[in-house]
Amino acid sequence: MDALMQFVYSGLTVGAVYALVALGFTIIYNASDVVNFAQGEFVMLGGMITVFAFDAGLPLPLAALMAIVATAAIGVALNKFAIEPARGAPVVSLIIITIGASILIRGTAQVIFDKQLHRLPAFSGDDPIHLLGATILPQSLWVIGGAFAIFIGLWLFFTRTLLGKAVLATANNRLAAQLVGINTGFVMTLSFALSAAIGALAGVLVTPVTLVSYDVGVGLALKGFAAAMLGGMGNPKGALVGGLLLGLFEALTAGYISSQYKEAVAFVVILAVLFVMPQGLFGQKTTERV
Amino acid sequence: MTAKHKWIQLAVLAAIVLILPIFFPSGYYYRVGALIFINALSVVGLVILIGYAGQISLGHAGFAGIGAYSCALAPVHLGLPPALSILLGAGISAGLAVLIGRPILRLKGYYLGVATLGFGILVSMVLANERGLTGGPDGISVQSLGLRKALREMGLRLSGGEFWYIFNAIVLLIGIWIALNLYQSATGRAMRALHGSETAAQTVGIDVARYKLQAFVISAVYASVGGSLLALQNGFITPDVAGFMHSVEMVTMAVLGGVGSVLGATFGAAILTLLPQVLTVFHDYEHLVLGLVMILVMIFLPLGLLPSLAARIRWRGV
Repeated sequence: MDALMQFVYSGLTVGAVYALVALGFTIIYNASDVVNFAQGEFVMLGGMITVFAFDAGLPLPLAALMAIVATAAIGVALNKFAIEPARGAPVVSLIIITIGASILIRGTAQVIFDKQLHRLPAFSGDDPIHLLGATILPQSLWVIGGAFAIFIGLWLFFTRTLLGKAVLATANNRLAAQLVGINTGFVMTLSFALSAAIGALAGVLVTPVTLVSYDVGVGLALKGFAAAMLGGMGNPKGALVGGLLLGLFEALTAGYISSQYKEAVAFVVILAVLFVMPQGLFGQKTTERV
Repeated sequence: MTAKHKWIQLAVLAAIVLILPIFFPSGYYYRVGALIFINALSVVGLVILIGYAGQISLGHAGFAGIGAYSCALAPVHLGLPPALSILLGAGISAGLAVLIGRPILRLKGYYLGVATLGFGILVSMVLANERGLTGGPDGISVQSLGLRKALREMGLRLSGGEFWYIFNAIVLLIGIWIALNLYQSATGRAMRALHGSETAAQTVGIDVARYKLQAFVISAVYASVGGSLLALQNGFITPDVAGFMHSVEMVTMAVLGGVGSVLGATFGAAILTLLPQVLTVFHDYEHLVLGLVMILVMIFLPLGLLPSLAARIRWRGV
């Protein structure tokens, strides 16, 4: 029982990160129908920039803020210089563009920073907390709490603010949104900034637990995508639940089956979900009319 | 594309293959050439899948991995001669492609991309984790093909580089010949029809699922043979051959040269294989440049290098 709780805690911690990556996918996918394979790179940038700013002597909150703003700017640049010029291109082209962007960001990070693993100090100490027969690190609570806070913040943004509703309207029907005077170009920019910022924040939160290096993005992007699909692509609630579930699957696989193949869980989940219920847990069944 | 075109394309390629060595200052260039031919072979397979049938795969390196490890393992464990191991690998790849192709190819766009990507990563994960069999991440050595030795006994002395340059070129030309024939055949036309519009293809009675699967299986065999040749040429293989980056490289090569054209794809394979060789000087910048190339080509030359250049020349009336 204790072991199980331990696996659950570690699963929820990584799951919260997957959920944030999935949330980033969801926002961009909704606004632009683009699946951004560079989403994992935002998490990496958040962690890396914070580490280097912190090591340069900046206080942690300031370093984190700087990382989030810088990553958001990179997200906007990605939209402006790579996605927008390719508007209307076939999906294959968009896949290659965003994979190219992810390789470009990774390659640049490797040149600017380095190839080492880096860590940040935990925000509120390293003393484990005893909870229900197992221990959890305070930093894990930061990660899980952070994911929920962002989720609630986004929910308020989309339901309570005019700007959020403009994003939803654009996601629903770009042309109709334009007709009622919504600046859809701005909505796209905002979506990229927002999802990059969320990714960066996830990177800041998780770096004390899992460490960061220039090449962690690919794995995170794939798992975030798996989480988004598990929950139902384009659905924020699905992203949260899908991320947490995937983290739990992975931790339980590592604990009870094989730690070597825990990485395989995400892909087995992807394939299983696609075969059995391509619309995901919370996705809507849409029938395409031709 | 007419039948005449087919022979012109093959003749141009054969001429390039024959003439290039005149300019090779050292044996190393034969090795690079041989590597280009291997990559081009896999990429020609992707042209059939992406260019003809309009389906993407981000996991084709998985099939290359199967081909490569068949050549490493079958001679040791099954006592098969390496040449037959190539066929065994191709057979396993084809079988697996049929098995996963059926459910996977119902998916479209991103979903298909990610499902194939998942398949590729699972293959590379098995290769890296099953240390007892595959040697794990450190890789495993591969027996030699034996053909070069046989040639030597017949009095034909070739260096390793020369042998693989010629051997791979022949395999590539056969692969291209098959691909060009397929393009003109009824099957090829059906594939291209479903690329244009699946619905339209269906209404004229084309069995969409069947032709998608055929394209997937054929392209898997190309990738598998490419992987086998790589293993045999290097005499050593690691799970990287099945890795995600290798899959991405293959797709990029195909798209860079022009995914609608076999010749273009070969050209793309040549450029992307040469790039890291040229860039070894700036080894750290390799990924940066690769990413930049992918983005710029997609935005400015969406048809790919060769077809875009050809269109431009035609447009100028040259």
